[in-house]
Amino acid sequence: MKIFVCIKQVPDTTNVRINPETNTLVREGVQSIINPFDVYAIEEGVRLKEKHGGTVTVITMGPPQAAEALREAIGLGADNAYLVSDRAFAGADTLATAFALACAIRHLGGADIILMGRQAIDGDTGQVGPGVAENLDISHVTDIRKIEEIVDGRIVVERLLEEGYARIAARLPVVLTVVKEINTPRMPSLKGKLAAKKAEIPVLKASDIGADVERLGLNGSPTQVMKIFTPPKPGGGRKFTGEPADTVSALLSELTAAGITIKGAH
Amino acid sequence: MDPIRVIVQNCVGCNLCVKSCAYDAITLSGPVGAREGKPTAVIDLVKCTLCGACVEACKRYKAIVITRSTFKGQDITKYSGICVLAEHRRGKLASVVPEIIGAARELQKDLSAPVSAILVGNGVRKYTDELLSYGVDEVWMIDHPDVGDFDEDVQAELVAQILMEKKPEIFLGGGTVVGRSLLPRVAAKILTGLTADCTELSIDQSTMLLRQTRPAFGGNIMATILTQNHRPQMATVRHKVMKPAEKVAAPQGKVVEITHIPVPKSKLEFIEFVEEKTATVNLVEADVIVSGGRGIKDPKNFALIEKLALATGGAVGASRAAVDAGWIPYSHQVGQTGKTVKPKVYIACGISGAIQHLVGMQDSELIIAINRDREAPIFEVATFGIVGDLFKIVPAITEQIRKQKARRGTPRVC
Repeated sequence: MKIFVCIKQVPDTTNVRINPETNTLVREGVQSIINPFDVYAIEEGVRLKEKHGGTVTVITMGPPQAAEALREAIGLGADNAYLVSDRAFAGADTLATAFALACAIRHLGGADIILMGRQAIDGDTGQVGPGVAENLDISHVTDIRKIEEIVDGRIVVERLLEEGYARIAARLPVVLTVVKEINTPRMPSLKGKLAAKKAEIPVLKASDIGADVERLGLNGSPTQVMKIFTPPKPGGGRKFTGEPADTVSALLSELTAAGITIKGAH
Repeated sequence: MDPIRVIVQNCVGCNLCVKSCAYDAITLSGPVGAREGKPTAVIDLVKCTLCGACVEACKRYKAIVITRSTFKGQDITKYSGICVLAEHRRGKLASVVPEIIGAARELQKDLSAPVSAILVGNGVRKYTDELLSYGVDEVWMIDHPDVGDFDEDVQAELVAQILMEKKPEIFLGGGTVVGRSLLPRVAAKILTGLTADCTELSIDQSTMLLRQTRPAFGGNIMATILTQNHRPQMATVRHKVMKPAEKVAAPQGKVVEITHIPVPKSKLEFIEFVEEKTATVNLVEADVIVSGGRGIKDPKNFALIEKLALATGGAVGASRAAVDAGWIPYSHQVGQTGKTVKPKVYIACGISGAIQHLVGMQDSELIIAINRDREAPIFEVATFGIVGDLFKIVPAITEQIRKQKARRGTPRVC
């Protein structure tokens, strides 16, 4: 089985802070990491390979330093990795990114299953997965919490929705985006770490993947950022301190005063 | 020519662009520019993602410019009107639908254009009255037995076909699991721009373009996005943010049934839907949410949270820290990488309030925070906060609410 995992290198947004004086993004000491959801996609790819055989290929579109994220993915059990990198890709929105990734996957011979995280934590769009599927003219299912089985080219998955989950079957090839519930990623093994160190990571340029340059990068992106600003800081309300019994009655009388009664339906 | 350039004679070396760059791509290492002795900005094109943050930071000096030559857009003058996706499943319109119609009707005030809704599925005629009651001018409907609730591939194809034929200039969908799966597929079919999970929509008065504002970088920044040369301008809209459309007394709209677009066979096969039965899980629709975080310390302590949730008829939420620790399933996670909620009352217990959590709950009508650390950022968004030990405070609140209920007899929600 040919398994592809699309990953993204992102700034660790859990460590991004706003400087309260200048109201700007503080990025000192913010590390680049593999998008956390993509780590679950890599793990699921490796598990599928362990069960069904095949290869796990990891690709990312990004600047040269994104090769580090690919190395880390090899450490986590991927077999090989490709960096899709070219100035022509810069400034891509989700439409242009999905197009470039689909061209790269097609150039590499296509896939049976393409996995990715449900969203990247810097952009939070979740739009690239469905976009890749459309460009390859294959099915996609988002927010997968479990792959139940793959038999004769038919895959059964559980898709997490607001009020429960749906069991859906799709024909391979398919794009699946995964949620954290799907597995518990393993730590890199010693063997993996060595493989990561030694791995050759080929770079694919726009001309290599046969993509129409008009549809790449900034030029191929219909959306453009007009303005970026820091959200207004909320004010904060009343704070109670002291003995638990006192603070709780103070809170409840405030609520009553505000005309709010919290009462259950049962 | 590089797509991003520094105009040396405008640059005063003020460092604002360096600070604004999230990718560490700018240094003050160029020749002296507009101000004596100050080196100018140099952009590392390898690191730059052309996000535009520096251009915004340099608004005053206009020393950084991004130029683009867009790929062939359509003839955008042929597009007019605002259209929404009428998402539905299992016999109900999605609760986000009145909200996006509300947003569309707000935009309508500036555009004076009709509001339409796309409705595709099997047996969907029964939703048309409800849609029209929200003031929709036209419902574009494909009611066909081969379009199942979960056949997203077929739905995406039909929606794209309708959009290409009807040519609305704006198309909005819900920021739901389905909306955020279906619309990207539609956008990729018709090659137009799509902005995810918007929290604010407005019309730019000079260009009449749709300004699509959304949080990024885990809620640390907001970005306003435009789709200039492609149509429709597409966006998904975050659930529970926009005000639902009010019902109109005498609906004037009409239903346009579309029968000439062929319905393809789905490659997907729906097996079953399993509803999460526990009353404490449906966060998105809950009126009260009681959430636990790292301060809960142990999975069995979630029982305290559950008891308070039961007493208030609420749902149980959790921070990412609690989910990552394996204390509670991911479906309970509130925040950037979990669910966005807007209950009437949100009670945060032992949650410090990282921005990623705050963006998922700060629009709740009333927020109560319980935390030992008086400096915890959760208190900045809380209406009421209690500084103290949650293991004493949460049971005390539960007890008080139970007593109140016992006194009042018949309970009601909030």
